[in-house]
Amino acid sequence: MEIRSPQFKGNVRAALDDQALQRAMGNVRSGFIQKRANAAAKLPEFEDLRDEARDIKNHALEHLDLYLEAYEEKVTASGGHVHWAVDAEEARDIVTAICKSVDARTVTKGKSMITEEIGLNDHLERNGLTPIETDLGEYIIQLRGEHPSHIIAPAIHVNKDEVEDEFRRVHTHLPVDRNLEDPRTLLSEAREILRHKFQTADVGVTGANFLIAETGTSVIVTNEGNGDLTQLLPRVHIVVASLEKIVPTLDDTAQILRVLARSATGQDMSVYTTFSTGPRRPDDPDGPEEYHVVLLDNGRSSMLGTDFQDMLRCIRCGACMNHCPVYHTVGGHAYGWVYPGPMGAVLTPSLIGVDQSGHLPNASTFCGRCESVCPMRIPLPKMMRHWRQREFERKLSPATIRAGLGAWAFLAKRPALYQMAMSIGMPVMAWWAGKTGRMASLPLAGGWTKHRDLPAPEGKTFQQQWKQRQEGTPT
Amino acid sequence: MAETRRVALFVTCLVDLFRPSVGFATVKLLEDAGFTVEVPSAQTCCGQPAYNSGDNRDARDIARQVIEAFESYDFIVAPSGSCAGMLKKHYPELFENEVKWKARAEAFADKVHELVSFLVDIAGVKSVAASFDGTVTYHDSCSGLRELGVQTQPRALLDTVEGLKLTEMADSDVCCGFGGTFCVKYPDISNAMVGRKTEAIVASGAGTLLAGDLGCLLNMAGKLKREGRPIQARHVAEVLAGMTDTAAIAEDR
Ligand code: SF4
Repeated sequence: MEIRSPQFKGNVRAALDDQALQRAMGNVRSGFIQKRANAAAKLPEFEDLRDEARDIKNHALEHLDLYLEAYEEKVTASGGHVHWAVDAEEARDIVTAICKSVDARTVTKGKSMITEEIGLNDHLERNGLTPIETDLGEYIIQLRGEHPSHIIAPAIHVNKDEVEDEFRRVHTHLPVDRNLEDPRTLLSEAREILRHKFQTADVGVTGANFLIAETGTSVIVTNEGNGDLTQLLPRVHIVVASLEKIVPTLDDTAQILRVLARSATGQDMSVYTTFSTGPRRPDDPDGPEEYHVVLLDNGRSSMLGTDFQDMLRCIRCGACMNHCPVYHTVGGHAYGWVYPGPMGAVLTPSLIGVDQSGHLPNASTFCGRCESVCPMRIPLPKMMRHWRQREFERKLSPATIRAGLGAWAFLAKRPALYQMAMSIGMPVMAWWAGKTGRMASLPLAGGWTKHRDLPAPEGKTFQQQWKQRQEGTPT
Repeated sequence: MAETRRVALFVTCLVDLFRPSVGFATVKLLEDAGFTVEVPSAQTCCGQPAYNSGDNRDARDIARQVIEAFESYDFIVAPSGSCAGMLKKHYPELFENEVKWKARAEAFADKVHELVSFLVDIAGVKSVAASFDGTVTYHDSCSGLRELGVQTQPRALLDTVEGLKLTEMADSDVCCGFGGTFCVKYPDISNAMVGRKTEAIVASGAGTLLAGDLGCLLNMAGKLKREGRPIQARHVAEVLAGMTDTAAIAEDR
């Protein structure tokens, strides 16, 4: 996927000017937040479950090599194949090679951010294969030629009337005068179209929410059931997952599932939670003939043992972006790569380099709302700050900011000089503002005064007045 | 408890420079609660601009300077959740690799408090002797709320101000878009955020906006003024201390 993170500021302006997007983002602000709050409030042990979920993943990450090996053994024992992919290119090649080995023509896909990360759809098309997204949201953005703007609600930036337009444009074989007002009619139309595709697909590709070392099982959670059809109907099922999806046991999975849907959509559980272990066995009623797992690293193992290891606990619930006022303002596409919002602001620099994505960890007020809802207790602001440190050390931050900061720090470290300078500067500024108590513009403060007035200082500084008060001189 | 104990006021750079009257309101509230207040002169800023820009070396230098100037007091109080959060939560983090300074930073951090939560939780203040004629709405600044748990304390004390009526705005716990250097580095995002905030403030019907952090207040007051809203903005300490004679933030004087 093309990296557009360096143009973040331009992306932001475009997003702010996009009326349809702004209309759609209003729904994010009102929807997810209350639902999560209600779900958490209904479960007295919710906060404890978050601690447990964090501990489970921490343990798994500490012994990742061990659990990955155990997982591979179990997959192989159940008749499946594990393929290790160091980077996106390797993963893509593995998937196409499997598709070619069975002369596949169409590939159905369950919702998967990892296949976005490796740019699978484009690659399949270049190799003469037809990828078909089967999650409603993914299907919509595939029609629109877009990428997901949210990790669990990929088409959250699209309004209902825009979906209707898109369906009328593409589904030309259906009656023109059909009613598509009701969201349910959109869903059933998509179902109808996809049903046929499910039946003719040769390969089904899904992601995984968990990979269980104890049993060699991959787990997906969905609300539409499309994932099940994707992995059950075709002859070949390929799971593409990154290696930090490992959890030790089935019990651990059940524990983390208790916080996943509640944090994501406010549901107790997602509608479908599907466990897949190997290909179809002789007495199974259905299932694929071949079962493959492509285990992707793509930079994750180099996060182990660093300030960014905690990020590998992420279970992709989306709560951090649902609660992020910056995400609410600009939407997911502005972040310029696969992962948006606070988790993207931390993960993206790890995966594509902070030189490419330096804006992301900077475009945060550190309001801390993401961390306060993250089910895995990932200290997102702290890790964004770590990225800012890396940038500062490597002199990647803008020269003007570094210069301003340097001058300020020089003064801040010299209290006597600082106070002398301020005891002159502030009264001058107060005088400049005059009787209005505010300034509509001020040299060098354009970033502030473009959008709001700058309240003027009262006059003498507090320290000045305090000293005079201590010395008994009238202020 | 401890009526004669010494409180060092960390006045914060914004209060020092922009709104000294908040500093004097803070002193009054602390003295009314029975403390002796001193203002160590070797203070400038808590160092957040450096820390949040990734400049840990300058942040550490400033932190050492603050710790040295303040560590001998019984309590260190700041009229800001953001600066108090920096002193209390982040100074110890700055010294992960310096054992001696980490211990000093932790001992120092134990004594640091945000003003209003200090009055209620530590000093046991239950009411204030102030009156205010009007309807106010209260914005929960992020660091105070999420790092220090400041939420019920200001409301409890405001409830005892004679004549004051509190009416909550929607999403009072959502960031106003200030974020220190954020608001000038990403002015367009910041503007959209503060625009949603002023909408909520106006919809609350309150005539006065209160908050516990001057940074957020300068941002919100500046936006309210730019939009021509007839709403005043003040630091909560001014109202609790009964010191509302000065012109409100950004107001004609
Ligand atoms: S960082 Fe936390 S809140 Fe965000 S998606 Fe990952 S697990 Fe969910």
